[in-house]
Amino acid sequence: MSEFKIQHRTGEGVNVIDLKGYLDAHTAPELENVLQKLIEEKKFNIVVNCKDLSYISSAGLGVFMAYIEDVRKNRGDIKLTNMSPKVYNVFDLLGFPILYEIYKDEQDAIKKFQDARSVQN
Amino acid sequence: MTKKLSKTISSRTDNLLEVREFVMRAARDFGFSEEESSKIVLAVDEACTNVIKHAYQNAPDKKIQIDITSERDMFQISIIDNGKSFNPNTARLPDLKQHLTHFRRGGLGVYLMRTLMDKVEYSYSPGKRNVVRLIKYLTPDKAAARS
Repeated sequence: MSEFKIQHRTGEGVNVIDLKGYLDAHTAPELENVLQKLIEEKKFNIVVNCKDLSYISSAGLGVFMAYIEDVRKNRGDIKLTNMSPKVYNVFDLLGFPILYEIYKDEQDAIKKFQDARSVQN
Repeated sequence: MTKKLSKTISSRTDNLLEVREFVMRAARDFGFSEEESSKIVLAVDEACTNVIKHAYQNAPDKKIQIDITSERDMFQISIIDNGKSFNPNTARLPDLKQHLTHFRRGGLGVYLMRTLMDKVEYSYSPGKRNVVRLIKYLTPDKAAARS
């Protein structure tokens, strides 16, 4: 049984990571590898779509914490989208909504990146 | 009547899914809602993850025993290991916001366990047996429905 899947898409200058299944201490290193690679490639505008994410533990949340500083130092961001109420609840318990931008829809996060770019230009 | 269930796993993170399924089934059967059962499952996942990472320091061939005891309105999960002792009750728990704004990863699991459960107890004999007990009570309406 495949318990976790991660896919990476690019478009409109934004990198979208789709998460599916269970993000726990076992699967968190996979997300870590993908984020690490994006940072190495200097891709700092990252949207994580959690539409099909059915479970997250603190090991999964820790991955976002590990990379957010690096990404923001480079004028990028990790924005989270499409969370189920169950997954959002875990983020909320740990106070993440204060520190991370969380959107209902992926398009809202992409638009936020595009708006920020047009202000910079 | 006291009901007991038990499961023993090897100390590998790929066994966490099996633990979650085991606890989810037992919590639902006891009478917890989906939301409450999910909270209990997450707390147990965090406790087992701590054992794997800290008590056994990622050694994959050690044993973790998960005992579930349910009685009246009380649902208790004991997570038992023979590794290095770690007491989450005395672990330093800094202010959460401060912790997060400095993007520190450790300690979140212990914070979650305490937030999600009604009680977290810990007992240990160094090098022999560490036990984390996670306890949650049914709300009075659900407890009445059970009896």
